[in-house]
Parts: sequence; structure tokens; C-alpha cells
Amino acid sequence: MRGLLALAAVVLLAPLALANNYHYEIAILAGLNAIVCVGLNLLIGYAGQISLGHAGFFGIGAYGTAILAARYGWPPLASLAAATAAAALLAWLVGRPILRLRGHYLAMATLGLGIIISIVITTEDRYTGGPDGMSVPPLALAGAALAGERAWYWLVGSLLLATVWLSLNLIDSPVGRALRALHGSEVAAEVAGIDSARHKLLAFVLSAGIAGLAGALTAHYAGFITPGKVTFLHSIELVVMVVFGGMASTFGAVVGATVLTALPQLLTVFKEYEMVVFGGVMMLTMIFMPKGLVPTLAALAGRRR
Amino acid sequence: MSLLRAEGLAKEFGGVRAVEALDFEIRAGQVFSIIGPNGAGKTTLLNLLTGIYRPSAGRLWLEGRALAARAPHEFAAAGIGRTFQNLQIFFNMSALENVMAGRHLHERCSLAAALLRAPQLARAERECRRLAAELLAFVGLEASIDAAADALPYGALKRLEIARALAGEPRLLLLDEPAAGLNPSEIREMDALIQRLAARGITIALVEHNMKLVMDVSDHVLVLDYGRKLAEGAPDAVRSDPRVIEAYLGAGD
Repeated sequence: MRGLLALAAVVLLAPLALANNYHYEIAILAGLNAIVCVGLNLLIGYAGQISLGHAGFFGIGAYGTAILAARYGWPPLASLAAATAAAALLAWLVGRPILRLRGHYLAMATLGLGIIISIVITTEDRYTGGPDGMSVPPLALAGAALAGERAWYWLVGSLLLATVWLSLNLIDSPVGRALRALHGSEVAAEVAGIDSARHKLLAFVLSAGIAGLAGALTAHYAGFITPGKVTFLHSIELVVMVVFGGMASTFGAVVGATVLTALPQLLTVFKEYEMVVFGGVMMLTMIFMPKGLVPTLAALAGRRR
Repeated sequence: MSLLRAEGLAKEFGGVRAVEALDFEIRAGQVFSIIGPNGAGKTTLLNLLTGIYRPSAGRLWLEGRALAARAPHEFAAAGIGRTFQNLQIFFNMSALENVMAGRHLHERCSLAAALLRAPQLARAERECRRLAAELLAFVGLEASIDAAADALPYGALKRLEIARALAGEPRLLLLDEPAAGLNPSEIREMDALIQRLAARGITIALVEHNMKLVMDVSDHVLVLDYGRKLAEGAPDAVRSDPRVIEAYLGAGD
């Protein structure tokens, strides 16, 4: 709980350091990515299952809400909820067969799923606007449109805190213990009575739903969505954020997402080489701190004490 | 009373008969040992009894009822717990959490309660923690409760697996070579631990190579050779059975 309070303090105090709308925008995008990564970390870090297709669920959330709101005139809150549910539902449907796969095979299956979603979104231009993207109506809360970077900052900040709180609760519960157990030894978890298929599916559906929600929010926030956010590369970015921050560390996921969202913005001169920077970060992380940033720092601090 | 009964149990791996037409009965409260030379099919048998392998033929009855379980977690839910010959510890957790994870079957926790940290969950967690600590003390690991599992020595991990299996309150506990790799003093402790388990009335099926341990703790011994039952009976009778001696020492000429 101390960590959650610290994060709340950071969210509350960060506006003091945010000088203009551009800074706010980076903070909001970092927060949205952090929400995705906290969910993805449940799957990768805790349940030990790799997904290289989470940008697909993010895309279903983003395009789902965009299409329902823009093309069918749904109220944005309803379309947001429906798109989030659609991402979770798809994960539930495809999760049952593909989570029987392990290691590389699971990675390949999720990779394929992400690519299929990406291709469908790019080619179904009647609904999605194809490669040109489509505009998304603003989010309206109680009749008033949510506008302005500050309003979005507080919305995303509170949602991030809520996601982190829920995630910490889950990990600290019998359900979270079961997830960690099947990461530690699947056969031992099974003979302890843990239904490994059910728990993997649970982590997969939760993480996909959270990615869908963040995708839907991103679409409404930006007001415009292109297939760029649904690509394989975006899936990789999300995994790198989780691994860099620290697998099996909720705050690691937050820190990883924040640093790797802000870093490319700070190094705009390297814009062309963004993926090179990501690749470099991934390699250096694996070589020098395979446990990730936050767990490594925590271990160092623990040793000094 | 019969706790577990196997009839015509068999397992083939691509033509190799690892276990063949095996009948036996484990009675409630017994320490039932399964011995035999390397490759006799002992671990295969334990894997059949926990759903890790599916039998090629044969049936199992638990307390007189046909065992309908298929997946390993269903065998666990039916009341069969086990430890592993080559350790299967949750190395990403503390010793206490390993044992708490072993109580999974007895924890009622909905996803909503877990996400929202429901008040009744906190009580259940305290109780789970207390029971897990008690079990760690029972196997002699009271000093290592908060230790990370990957920081414990091999002998302690063997006992940690037993504590974790006990947490599930199994009606039948399968121990796969609990003394393998232990030094003589650790083997004596393991001997005493198994006797304490038996004294608690826990039914145990023990696979073990250490004959002194087997003879010390067993009520009944089943001898396997090439997947078949070679002999069966009280420890003393089995020890003096010429067929058993031959299988272990090779045919004299």
C-alpha cells in the first residue's frame, strides 16, 4: 500500500512539473500505456505467459468504440464499455485454444492473432477508414464533453491508480498466488489443485480487457485513430515496457511504460530510430538487469539497508 | 477400508509398457511403499495416480467410487496430493507462500473479492497464513517461514514440498523419493517425519530407494519390476522373497 500512496503522490504532484499541453499529452499517453502494462504484467510477469499480440486488443478497444460512436451514434460511454467487453470476449474465445500452447508456440499464436486484427482493421476501410484512420467523437461524462489536457490527465491518473490498486489486490489474493504458482511450476500448481488453464485464461482475459479499455480511452482522447497503434511493433513496445520495468512488479510496469513513453519524446532527434532505441533498451535490460528496473533497484536498496 | 484401488492399470509409451496390468489396494491409514529397480515404473505409477499421465488401460477407485478425474487438478480435488522426485518448488515465492498456494483447494475466493480485497478475504488469508506456518513447523522449517524458496537448501526444499502437499489436506499423500539426495542425518529426519505423518493417520504411498527407510516406515510393500507386480506384502515377507532378491541382485548362476 505504501507504493500505491507513493504513486498517488506522483500523480498529484506531477502537474507542478508539467509546463504546457504537450507535457500533459506525454503524461496522459504514459498513463494509458501504464494501464495496459499493469494488465499485461499480470499475464507476462505473474502468470508467466507471453503475448505478442496485445496491440490487437488495444486496437479492438480503440476501433470498437470509434466505430460504435462515430458510425452508429452510440453514446461514447456505452461504446467505450462495449469495446472493452469486446476485447475481453475475443480474448476469452481465442484464449481457450491458444493458452494450451506453451513458450514459443503461445508467443507465435498471439503474434498471429495481433497481425490478423491489424490486417482486418487496415483493410476494412468502410468501417475503420483503412490506413488513413478515422476520427473519434470526444468522451462525454454526464452530458458534458471531456475536453482539455487537464481533465484527461485527472481521468487517466485516477484510472491508473485504480488499475494498480486492483492489480495489487489480485496479486496478493489466493487467485494471484495461483497465478504465480503456475509460473513457478505448472505441474506442481496442478497437483495442488490449481486449474492452470482456467487461471491462464483469467489473466489473458483481464489483460486483454484492460488493453481494450486503454485503447478505447486513447481513441477518445486523441480524437483520431490510425492502424499504427495496432501493429506488431506496438505489441513489442508494450512487452518491452513490461520487461524493462520489471516482470512480476506492478510498479515496474508503471515505471517501464512511463520511461519508454517519455524517452522517445525527449529524444526527438532519434525519432527515426525509435525502434532501434527500444531494441537497444531490451538488449541492455536482458544483459544487465534481467529482472527489470524496479526489482533490480529494490534489491539494491534492500542490500544497502 | 480400501482408500485407493487400482485394477488392470497400464501405461504404454509408444510400445514400451511402463506399467502393465497392475492391481493393488491402498488401505486407509497405511504407509504403502512402492519399490523396484530403476525403470520399474514407480514414478510412472505415481503420475498415473495424479493424472499427469492418462492410463492406457485400467481403472481407479477412490473410497469405493470410480475416480472420474481427468486433469491433475481434478485428482488433487479428489484428495490425492504428492511431492516430486525432482523438486517442483515455486521458486518465485517464499516458503510460506509455497505452502499457502498448496491450500488452493480450500480457499473460496471469487475474482471480485480478490480484486476488491473483500474484508472476509483478509480473515481467510490470516487463517491460511497461520495454517501454512503450522505446517512449516510440523516439517521442521519454522525458522525458514519468510525465506525465499530459492534461498533454501535442498534438504529443506524436500520438506517444503511435503508441507505444501499437506496444505491441501489430501486423503492420500504420494511421496516420490523423499530421501533421494539427502545425507544420512537428513534421511533420519525424513524417516521420523514420515512416521509422524503416519501417526497423524495420513495415508501415504511412498516410492523410495532407501531400503532402510522403506522397511522402517512401511505397513505394506509393493515390488515392481518392468512395470509388473513382482511381489507384495508386509515388509519382512517382501524382503525375504527370493524373486525380490533376484530382481535387485540379478539372477545368481
